[in-house]
Amino acid sequence: MPRISTLNPQLVTELTAILDPKRVLTEREHLLTYGFDGTAALQGEVGVVVFPQTTEEVAKIVRYAAQEKIPIVSRGSGTGLSGGSIPQPNAIVLCLVKMDRILELDEKNLTILAEAGAITQKITEKADTVGLLYPPDPGSMKISTIGGNVAENSGGLRGLKYGITRDYVMGMEVVLASGEVVWLGNKCVKDVAGYSMKDVFIGSEGTLGIITKVLLKLVPRPAAKKTMLAMYATMDAAADTVSAIIAAKIIPCTLEFLDRITIKCVEDFAKIGLPLDAEAILFMETDGHPAVIEEQGKQMEEIARRCGATAVQIAANADEANKLATARRSAFSALARVSPTTILEDATVPRSELTKMIRFIQGVATRHNLRIGTFGHMGDGNLHPTFLTDERNHEEMERVEVAMKEIFDYAIELGGTITGEHGVGLAKKKFLPDAIGNASLTLLRQLKRTLDPDGILNPGKIFD
Amino acid sequence: MAFSTRERSLTDIPSTALKGESKPHHLANLDFAVLQQCIHCGMCLPTCPTYDTTKLERNSPRGRIALMRNIAEGHLDVTRAFGEELYFCLGCLACETACPAGVNYARMFEEARADIEDAGVLRYAKRDFVRAVMLRFIFAHPLALKALGRLLRLYQVSGLEWLVRKLRLTALLPADLRELEPLTPRIQPDFSDQLIGPVESPAKPGYRVGMLTGCVQDLVYPHVNRDTVDVLLANGCEVVTPAAQHCCGSLHAHNGELTLAREMARKSIDDMERAAGSLEHLDAIITNAAGCGSHLKHYDDLLEHDPQYARRARLWSHKLKDIHQWLAEIGITPPQTTGGSQPSTINYQLPVTYHEACHLCHGQKITQQPRTVLKSIPGLKLVELPESTWCCGSAGVYNITQPEMSHRLLERKLDNIAKTGAKVVASANPGCSVQLEAGARERGEALEIVHPITLLARAYRKGGEHS
Repeated sequence: MPRISTLNPQLVTELTAILDPKRVLTEREHLLTYGFDGTAALQGEVGVVVFPQTTEEVAKIVRYAAQEKIPIVSRGSGTGLSGGSIPQPNAIVLCLVKMDRILELDEKNLTILAEAGAITQKITEKADTVGLLYPPDPGSMKISTIGGNVAENSGGLRGLKYGITRDYVMGMEVVLASGEVVWLGNKCVKDVAGYSMKDVFIGSEGTLGIITKVLLKLVPRPAAKKTMLAMYATMDAAADTVSAIIAAKIIPCTLEFLDRITIKCVEDFAKIGLPLDAEAILFMETDGHPAVIEEQGKQMEEIARRCGATAVQIAANADEANKLATARRSAFSALARVSPTTILEDATVPRSELTKMIRFIQGVATRHNLRIGTFGHMGDGNLHPTFLTDERNHEEMERVEVAMKEIFDYAIELGGTITGEHGVGLAKKKFLPDAIGNASLTLLRQLKRTLDPDGILNPGKIFD
Repeated sequence: MAFSTRERSLTDIPSTALKGESKPHHLANLDFAVLQQCIHCGMCLPTCPTYDTTKLERNSPRGRIALMRNIAEGHLDVTRAFGEELYFCLGCLACETACPAGVNYARMFEEARADIEDAGVLRYAKRDFVRAVMLRFIFAHPLALKALGRLLRLYQVSGLEWLVRKLRLTALLPADLRELEPLTPRIQPDFSDQLIGPVESPAKPGYRVGMLTGCVQDLVYPHVNRDTVDVLLANGCEVVTPAAQHCCGSLHAHNGELTLAREMARKSIDDMERAAGSLEHLDAIITNAAGCGSHLKHYDDLLEHDPQYARRARLWSHKLKDIHQWLAEIGITPPQTTGGSQPSTINYQLPVTYHEACHLCHGQKITQQPRTVLKSIPGLKLVELPESTWCCGSAGVYNITQPEMSHRLLERKLDNIAKTGAKVVASANPGCSVQLEAGARERGEALEIVHPITLLARAYRKGGEHS
C-alpha cells in the first residue's frame, strides 16, 4: 500500500532555494506517481521530487543532502525492471528527465555527448542523421533515459554482435556523494591513465554517484540488414539452430526466441501472422555489407531448415523487418495482457547451456502448476522467464517465489547469473549473495563505503 | 512559462480542502482486471501530448492510472487536483495505441470523470451553468441544438457578426470568451434532414445501412453527410436516415455524465429502430464523425446492465461502422476515370495530406482505410503528414476548457502540415476540422480542410459528369 512520508518542511524550503519551486513537487497527487517504476508489485514512499536542469543544481542538492544525511534516489523515466528507482522513505527523488539535451555529435571521433535525461531513442535517431549507429537497444528505448541505461548497464536485442551499454560508454560526468563533480574518461580509444573509474559507475544503479552526462561511442551504421523468422515444432530444434549458426562462424546481430505462450500473446497484440501452433520462433537478424549479409542470410536460412525449422520467413523490405522487430520488442508487455500480474525475470546462462535452462524452466512451470512465458536473447544466453500470475492469489504467489528461487539456483549452477540486464535493485537483492559469493559481496560493500561513506545514494539497493 | 497559471492553480489549492462528499463508486466498482492491466512499463509516456510537454508523471497515462488506482483502493480522495488532472488529459487515447498490455484507458477515463462530477470537486457557478445548458439541454434535445444553430446562423449572415466585429464589441466579452469567438464555426443554411431523404436507394441495392448525422457535423458540415449518403449510394447501399436524431452521448460520457450518456444511447437506438423497422434489418450503421464513432461502438459496454437495451446495444455495437471501415469491408467502387492519356478526373494542383483524428486512429484503430479511400481517387497525390496521429488539440471541448495546451498542439499540427506542402488536408472528424480551420485562419493560410468522403463524393460526381 502506498504511503506518503511526513515531509520535513525545512527540506522543502532548502530545495526551493536551490531550484525553481515549480521543479520541487510535494503535492500528494504528484508524489503518488513517483512511487514505482516498471517492476511488478514494488512500491515505495515519496517525500519530495526534484527536477534539476543543470549539473550544478544536482551538485547543490547532493551537497545539501550530504550535509543533512538525507537519502537521494535518482531516476529517469522510471522504466527499470528491478526496482532500482523505488524511493526510500524520506528520500529526495531526483528525476533527471528535464536534463535531456544532446550536447554534441562528433563525426570525426565517432562520439555523442548527452545529458543523462536524454531519451535513448533520440540518441539513436541523432546518430542516424549522419549515418552512425548507437547499438544498445533496450526494450524500453523509446522512453528510457541514457543515464538510466548506463546506471543499469542495459542490454538489448543486439548484444550478441554489438555488446551492451558498457561497451559504448567512453566517458561520463558524475556527481559524487559529497557533491563534487568529476569527469571520467574521454574521447580517446586508448586511455590507461589510472583506474578505469567510469566502469565502476556503469551498472552501479545510482548507489555510487549520480551520472549527469554521458559520452558514448558510435559505430558506422551497417549498410544493409536481413531479417528472418524461423518456426519450430520443438524448442531443441531452435536451440540447435543457434549453436549451428555460431559454429558456422556467423555472428548475427540478433538471435531472439519466443516460446509458445509468448507467441500467442505477441500475435494477439501485433497481428502480424505469427504461427500459433509453433513451439518456438527464432527472430534472426544479420547486418553489414549487402554482399556479406546476402550470403550469411542464405546460410542461416539453410542451417535453420537443416535443424528442423518448419518454416522460414524472410522480411521482404525494411517495413516488414520493422514489423517483426516491433513484435519481438513488445513481448514483455504483450505477455502482460494475459493475467493481472506479470513478473519478468532475466536469468542468464552461458550460451551453451541454454537448452538445459529452457527445459528446466518448463519443468518448473509444470511442477509448480504455473504459467511461465519465456522469451529472450538466445544469442547471448539472456532469458526472460515471465510469470503470468495474480498478486491477489497468495497461495500462487508463494509458488512463484519458490519457482523463481529454483530457476536462479539452477542458472548459477550452470555458471550463469541471476540477472543479465535488469540489475539487482530491490527485486534480486536476496539472491545476490548466492550468485556472487561472500568475497565479492565484501568487495562491493567496501567500494560503496569508500564512495558513499554516509550511505545517502540510493540506500538499500543491490545489497544492505 | 506557458504553464505557470495552471501550475499555480493546481498547487495553491490544498488537495483536501475541496474534498467532495460522495464516495468514488465509479472507479471503485470497476473490474479489478481493468485497473490492474497497467504494468507501468512507461511505453505510453512518449506518445502522450501532455507528458511530452510537461515531463511530469502525473500528466502521463501511467501517472493518471496510478492516481485512479489509489482512488479505487481508497488511498486517495477524489480531490480537486485529481479533477483538474483528468480534465488536463485530452482523452486522445494515443496511450491505448502505444500500450501493448491492452489497457482500456478510455473506460477508466470516463469512470474517473464521472467520479469527479459526482464529488463536485471542480464545481463553480459558471461551469455548472455552462454544463447544465450544454450537456443537459442543448446536446440533450435535438430541437434545442437546431434552434441554437439557426440563431448562430442568423447572427453570422445578418451582418450582425460583421457589425459586432467591426465595432470591436467583442472587446466587451470576458477575455476567455473573446479568445473563443473566432473559433465559432460557420453554421450552414440547411441541416442534414433537409439534404437527405428518409430512405434513399441506389439502382441496385446490395446492402441496407442506417446513417447517423451527428451534431456538429449536422450543423457545421451537413454537406459531409450528403456526401456520405452519395458515396454509400454509389457503393450499392440503400440508406436509411432518421430525420430526428439525438446526440450520441459521447460529449456526455467524456464529461462525466454517464447517466445522461446512457439516456442518449437508448434514444439513439430508438431513433434508428423507428426509421429502419429494426436493427436486424440493417447491414451496418454508419457514422462519419470519428469522435462519435469511437463512442457509438461502445454502446454494448455502456448499456450492458440495462435489461431492456443490453441485447439491442450489442447488436448496435456489432453493426456500427465508420464510413471508411465500411467501404473497405465491402470494397470501394472506384470513381470512373475519363479516358485517354489523362486518367485523372480530379486534378489537384497540390498534394493532399491526411490528418488522423485521434478517435479514428487510436479510438477505433482505423488507419489504413481512410488512406485506401483517398488512394482510390484518380489523380489524388497523398503525402504523409509527419506525426499524423498526434492530437490537434481539438479533443471534444478541450479547446474551450484548456485553450493554452490546445493551442500549443494546434501550432504543432499546423507546422507539420506546412512541412508537407499540402494545401488540402483530409480529416474525418468535425471537431478536428473546426480546430484546423480556425488555426489556418489565424495564420492567414489558405488551407482546405475536407472530409476524405467529400473528396471521394466529388470524384464520383466528376466521373458521373464525364460518363
